[in-house]
Amino acid sequence: MPDPTRIDCDIHNEIPNLETLYPYLPDHWLDYCRESAFNGPDAADYPESVPTTAREGSSAKPDLAEVQNCAMQDVEIGILNCAYRVQSVRNEDLAASLATAVNQWQVEHWLEKEPRLRASIVVPSHNPALAAKEIERWGDHPGFVQVILPVRAEAPYGNRRYDPIYSAAVKRGLAIGIHYGGAPGHPPTPTGWPSYFIEDYAGMAQIFQSQVISLVCEGAFERFPALRVALIEGGFTWLPSLMWRIDKEWKGLRHNTPYVRRPPSEYMRAHLRLTIQPLDAPPNPLHLAQILDQCGAEDLLLYASDYPHCHDDQDILLDLLTADQREKICSANARAFYRL
Amino acid sequence: MAKHIVATVDEIPPGERKVVEVGGRSIGVFNIKGEFYALRNICPHQGGPLCEGRLTGFVMADKPGGEYRYERRGEILRCPWHGWEYDVTTGQSWVDPASVRTRSYDVEIATAEDLPSTYQPGPYTAETFEVSVDQEYVIVELPG
Amino acid sequence: MTAQFGSTASVESGPVTKDQTNGHGANSPVSSVQQAPRYRAPLDTAIIDTDIHIYFPTQDALRSYLDESWQDYHRTFGQRGFDGSHYPRAMPNAARHDAWPDDGTPPGSNLPLLQKQLLDEWNIEVGVLNPLVGAGEQRNLAFGAAFARATNEWQVAEWLDPEPRLRASIIVPWEDGELSAAEIDRWGSHPGFVHALLIARTKEPLGRRKYWPMYEAACRHDIPIAIHFGGAAGVPITGSGYPNHYIEDHGGMPQTFQAQVISLIFEGVLQQFPTLKFVLIEGGFAWIPPMLWRMDSAWRKLGSEVPHVTEPPSQLFRRHFWVSTQPMEEPFKPDQFRQLLGQLDLDDRLLFATDYPHWDFDAPDRAFPVPLDKERRRKFMAENARALYKL
Repeated sequence: MPDPTRIDCDIHNEIPNLETLYPYLPDHWLDYCRESAFNGPDAADYPESVPTTAREGSSAKPDLAEVQNCAMQDVEIGILNCAYRVQSVRNEDLAASLATAVNQWQVEHWLEKEPRLRASIVVPSHNPALAAKEIERWGDHPGFVQVILPVRAEAPYGNRRYDPIYSAAVKRGLAIGIHYGGAPGHPPTPTGWPSYFIEDYAGMAQIFQSQVISLVCEGAFERFPALRVALIEGGFTWLPSLMWRIDKEWKGLRHNTPYVRRPPSEYMRAHLRLTIQPLDAPPNPLHLAQILDQCGAEDLLLYASDYPHCHDDQDILLDLLTADQREKICSANARAFYRL
Repeated sequence: MAKHIVATVDEIPPGERKVVEVGGRSIGVFNIKGEFYALRNICPHQGGPLCEGRLTGFVMADKPGGEYRYERRGEILRCPWHGWEYDVTTGQSWVDPASVRTRSYDVEIATAEDLPSTYQPGPYTAETFEVSVDQEYVIVELPG
Repeated sequence: MTAQFGSTASVESGPVTKDQTNGHGANSPVSSVQQAPRYRAPLDTAIIDTDIHIYFPTQDALRSYLDESWQDYHRTFGQRGFDGSHYPRAMPNAARHDAWPDDGTPPGSNLPLLQKQLLDEWNIEVGVLNPLVGAGEQRNLAFGAAFARATNEWQVAEWLDPEPRLRASIIVPWEDGELSAAEIDRWGSHPGFVHALLIARTKEPLGRRKYWPMYEAACRHDIPIAIHFGGAAGVPITGSGYPNHYIEDHGGMPQTFQAQVISLIFEGVLQQFPTLKFVLIEGGFAWIPPMLWRMDSAWRKLGSEVPHVTEPPSQLFRRHFWVSTQPMEEPFKPDQFRQLLGQLDLDDRLLFATDYPHWDFDAPDRAFPVPLDKERRRKFMAENARALYKL
């Protein structure tokens, strides 16, 4: 049976270097970038040469031609996630100008040249008011379907300080994509700084879990009933255990957050979608099938290659699916979620 | 049906409770604004002594940052172990009303003259209770 | 491939419809979390409770175990930890409401009540005390060391001596590896102490080398290192900043445990100390299988960064870690709990715990949401702990 036409919800289009943005910066920031020691965001969340960053034959920062040649076979629509960490630039005005430049570059170099692509708006989310302005700037452009936020931030995303971002996104029918990485300045664990990259990498899943707890328990989905959040590149096999734990907590602590009016797992099912790579799959396919069943994954997962990043083969997952489930995960879920 | 005298009315003023042993079961008898309710003293969740929990109100809010509505103060029983909330007047839990319900029993008030001879007196009577004609008794009715 | 996953109940995709749920009773939402009548297990095995909390009844009681100079210090400056991480607990002292002694002293400070409500009530054969009194979280490390020593002397005098069913934890000032090693050496051969106790949120991930002298001492005395729920170390309690609510603090603890396991395994502690054992207490355990899958996958690709890790992380975990059961995750359906036990593959490692007198207490007859075969019950309720702690 031929593969259904896929919607790939995670393809990376990274900024090659700061000079790439020069044509899109206003004069003041252009000269500032040229004359100062600034070389671009210094987030070290995805070093270019580590083995997970690029698969064999791919570049860490592929250009459009590479994406078209290597990532778009069988792909009806590809969603670009640019992980340029403007949020780690402390100067918020510079960060905002960089974000605008990145988004203009996405329009000119990607969206206008390849109609099968959609993109994610990069925003200075450490200043939600400026981020909302950036969303307003691009929100009516049909090529943008999502606002991208790094999973590591100064405060968890359920915090009300982010409401201007959600308000602007919901108003324009955009999804929020929470993506691997980020460099907010404080440690990536609740217990300080680890020594190795592999700890940051393996531990990123627990930060996604913290964000889910925050979004649900701080009531983001009660404040914005139309809010849709994609969890990108954070794994998904942890979802059932999180649902069980937080539902149990809520039964005893509901009065702590009285606006959380349903069991937390119901908000997760209704508002969250998760991309399939990295799979972080168990060695036993039966265990993977159990995980899929426990969280109702056929309605929650979004197909993603995470190009050019290097992960395990996704067939272990796709082979478990019925034709109907495969169609949902490979395209129908994304089509509904991103309104494609 | 077996009826058990468990207390005098003025023994349990509004807002108060009494936990009694009746027919081999531990039961909490509550006075909520003058109405009496009796609940089995076991939380259906993990078996905690439910009737020793706090009587509190029910807080609700439409959204974070919105107004916190505090309703039915003194009518919600919170299990002393895991904090599950129950409506004292129905025995119904809030977290999952469709399936978690503690056992509730009919409570009625009778005067001494009303007590039929077939009533099975509860242990309270068996111990020290003195029947007096000008007193009102709280009677708990148990099935079977 | 024959394994398929079944279609679950249809789930609305897209935003939730707002309902009229704004009150109580008849308007309550009918939850999808169907709670079948709670299964009640027969109490036909020995019970060893691996997580019981005790507290000093008063600050004077604590001071009576301190040297005179530290008594003055404590009276003047008190306990100073890493503040700014305060999540008011839903229940006073995080305790069961029925666990307060009549004299108003804190839950867990009164031996007769603890005997009545826990040891006698449930016929507990052995109970392990984990005092969470704050000795390890003192910024003044010298005071922390004195506080730890006082706590250990207090455990011997007021708990171990009068009650032979109890065992104690060696309290250490864990942010200083050398001072902690000295405290472990002081008590390591006392038969009443079964492990050294740390808290989950330490200032740095526990794999970092500053903690290694403590592990060396634990190996010297062949006692496990226990890591317990909680703590405040002066950094945000998530990898993405401070959340707002107690439910996020309490419900988010598995993320901290994941960070500690990742650190202990990838920083090479288990290669450096091949006989070291860890006990994870009060973190639940459903998060373990997906964490191990992710760690194995990361190690296959990124292992060259940590050449000292010479076997799959999941294998190291299953050899070096024990896990207490409470607070037990409650899956949507009983079968899912059995699936979890299968994925976990830790039948020789799960240790039953009540967490008395805390509010999220697990009762011995109702903790497990499904019936377990007798062999598993024997192991989980007592025999795994008996073997680990050589009881």
